[in-house]
Amino acid sequence: MRFLTKTNIPFIRMRKIAYTISIIVILASLIGLFVRGLNWSIEFSSGVAAKVNLKAASASVEPVQIDDLRNVLKINGYPEAEIQHVGSVEDATFMIKIKSRQSEDGAATDTKTEIIDLINENFPEHVVGRDLNRDVIAEIYEVGPKVGGELRTNALMAIGISLIFMIIFIWFRFELIFGIMAIVALAHDVLIVIGVFALTGKEISVQIIAALLTIVGYSINDTIVIFDRVREDLKIRRKDPLEVIINDAINETLSRTIITALTTFIATLSLYLFGGQVLHDFALAMCIGVVVGTYSTIFVASSLIVDFTKLAHKEKKAAQKLSKRK
Amino acid sequence: MKKFSWRGLSIIIFICITAFYLAPMAIPNLPEWWAKHKLKLGLDLRGGMQILLEVDTSALSAADARGAVDQNIKIIRERIDQFGVAEPSIQKLGDNRIMVQLPGVSDFEAAENLIQQTAMLEFKVVAQSDEAKRVLDIIDSNISANLDKFPALAELDKLDKDIMADSDTLGISSPSSGVFSSLIRLGEMDYEVQYDSIRLMQDLVADSLFQQMVPAGWQISLERADSANPRADRVLHVLSSAVELSGNDLSRAKVEYGSSTSTDPRVANKPYVSIELKREGARKFERVTADNIGKRLAIVLDNVVYSAPNIQERIAGGRAQITGRFSSAEATELAIVLNTGNLIAPISPVSTSIIGATLGSDSIKSGSMAGLIGLGIVMLFMLVYYKVGGLLTDFTLVFNMGFILAMLIAFGGTLTLPGIAGMILTIGMAVDANVLIFERVREELDTGKTPRSAVDAGYNRAAITVWDSNLTTLIAAAVLFQFGTGPVRGFAVTLAIGIVGSMFCALVFLRSLFDTFVLTGSTKKLSI
Repeated sequence: MRFLTKTNIPFIRMRKIAYTISIIVILASLIGLFVRGLNWSIEFSSGVAAKVNLKAASASVEPVQIDDLRNVLKINGYPEAEIQHVGSVEDATFMIKIKSRQSEDGAATDTKTEIIDLINENFPEHVVGRDLNRDVIAEIYEVGPKVGGELRTNALMAIGISLIFMIIFIWFRFELIFGIMAIVALAHDVLIVIGVFALTGKEISVQIIAALLTIVGYSINDTIVIFDRVREDLKIRRKDPLEVIINDAINETLSRTIITALTTFIATLSLYLFGGQVLHDFALAMCIGVVVGTYSTIFVASSLIVDFTKLAHKEKKAAQKLSKRK
Repeated sequence: MKKFSWRGLSIIIFICITAFYLAPMAIPNLPEWWAKHKLKLGLDLRGGMQILLEVDTSALSAADARGAVDQNIKIIRERIDQFGVAEPSIQKLGDNRIMVQLPGVSDFEAAENLIQQTAMLEFKVVAQSDEAKRVLDIIDSNISANLDKFPALAELDKLDKDIMADSDTLGISSPSSGVFSSLIRLGEMDYEVQYDSIRLMQDLVADSLFQQMVPAGWQISLERADSANPRADRVLHVLSSAVELSGNDLSRAKVEYGSSTSTDPRVANKPYVSIELKREGARKFERVTADNIGKRLAIVLDNVVYSAPNIQERIAGGRAQITGRFSSAEATELAIVLNTGNLIAPISPVSTSIIGATLGSDSIKSGSMAGLIGLGIVMLFMLVYYKVGGLLTDFTLVFNMGFILAMLIAFGGTLTLPGIAGMILTIGMAVDANVLIFERVREELDTGKTPRSAVDAGYNRAAITVWDSNLTTLIAAAVLFQFGTGPVRGFAVTLAIGIVGSMFCALVFLRSLFDTFVLTGSTKKLSI
């Protein structure tokens, strides 16, 4: 069985269309980022996040409505609490988020215990017969103002430094322009995934950071496979223009690019469908990342190299002309 | 006899290491040194709590501060050991942070208290009623004069004045007493604070500004809340600030149960903590009791009065009891804290995570289920698409999964949910190296090469690409490990292991399988 053998698709010639699509999507992402901002999870900001399951042990008890919970918290001094359903409505699982109030230091410690007490007191029918600490409380995160910001800076710094090292390595193995364009393509992928999260208001949690890192790894891997082929072909076909060589390299590696994208996509899709609610957003980020990463590998990274080398050549020629005129 | 090859040797070593670390999961009753290598599950998979504590060393010199953090870690470890948590992890992070992970703990409130309690034990004499009244009056007038420093009280005062302003009787335009004393009322024998004012009073007592309002030589402390009856009024004590005895005088503490015939209702049938004092402590205790007969002696822990029994006679022998409406769990906790000594510098949690055991086990189930389904489909695809080549790939893929787990065990890493997700992704990405090779071999076959030379050429060409692309990712993993913290680090480890594993599987293992099983004799056709 084989598909995509001996293709000759003019990817490089289609680059204007690809650029337009990319720019539109990136603009949408940027608008999302600036207008809606990122919804950092409690681990990266500060405050309390609690996931509680209020599905009563006995079936005769009326299920808790999200408004009941909101009211209880409102009356008891947490009008700013954000409450969401997690999973289906029948699961009666709720995520409660309370951002810490800036001025009061250490106030968060009381918040956590108070929320637990409030739930225990106000929903006795739903809690009775279940272990509060094992079953009712799925998870609670409480983060002081100092640490949240720190974690965020650290994660971003680590990603930034790893990008720089990758540019240096590609520079060493290929050429500087290859390294820079690979990173531009990476930024393109990450920005789009982040943009989707900003637009949908989904949380950026530690797991999403892990997903972004995986996308970076996947996309760079994909891009380098093509670069490698370009380097190899450049040695054999010295007379052909770069544009043709790059286009051929993309076509030669196309079957591999698609098959790898397919297997990775299968794995992430099964994570999305069967991985449970905790991994849901992670898998979503990965699914988008694989698609966008494959797209940018085929359409963006190599095309950018063609354009930039052209630009550099023009400048060189212009400079030569100028020097000859003298 | 085949000639010796490095490739064969490396495969044997590879298999042996993997088998060694995976064996304890499959075979029971291995010897202890072997069985101890087990896969540790992260808190997100097994439930439990994690607390990041910050040690406040601002009151200590630089040299003392360093020692204080280590000393605190030692004390916390001892407390947790006595509390009985399996496989706790206590690490120092940075200069003054301590990370405590308690897998499987479900009574997290107790655990948190246990860890955080400074446990400064002090014995102080309680002021007699006329003295207490005098002290409270002075505080009241001091506060009334400095009301602007206490915004919460000033607000109450304004409220009071508004209420009084509505009065029909002329002349009562202001309340009869200051705002501070309005929070306190005289109970049967002690001053008491009502439930709704307790929060305010707690904040006041801890406020250093308030402490300046208290006349020298005295202090205000609340009595411990009754856990069985949290809405009950709390007793407020006026204590002499002189420390008569401290935790240093303590030799050991243990939980005991009062006999059911005891006349003291605080002890009858209830747990209490009995303490034994060291020799000097016993002497001090004897002197204090002799000097203060008829007064009360408060047992104060972290500025909270646990009990304040009457001194009826001079007590020699150095034994005392701390009573205070304990549940037996609370009494046990207190005894542990007293025995392990007090923390050198105060600690406070900067972040806490609690994961319920139910969510953890659900996550394992759905995570591994998703993994198996993904693995199954990818393996099927490879089999259909590359036939024999795909079969060999599937074989190395399963082996790669085992290798990742084995290495996680070997490095003492913990498997977390992002880790499982990372492994599932490795399934997808690990086949990449194989796909690269197979596609290249097919290209070479198309040019009319024999199977053996096509495999040789394909491998040689594809190997460069495999190295380049994987090294880039490996560099990223190394940087993330070096500069990242916590979860980012864990992810980097899983990623790096996955890369090394898949490279080995594709370049060495698979090649070897090809040479042994496919390219035997003079194969004419290559099934890939």
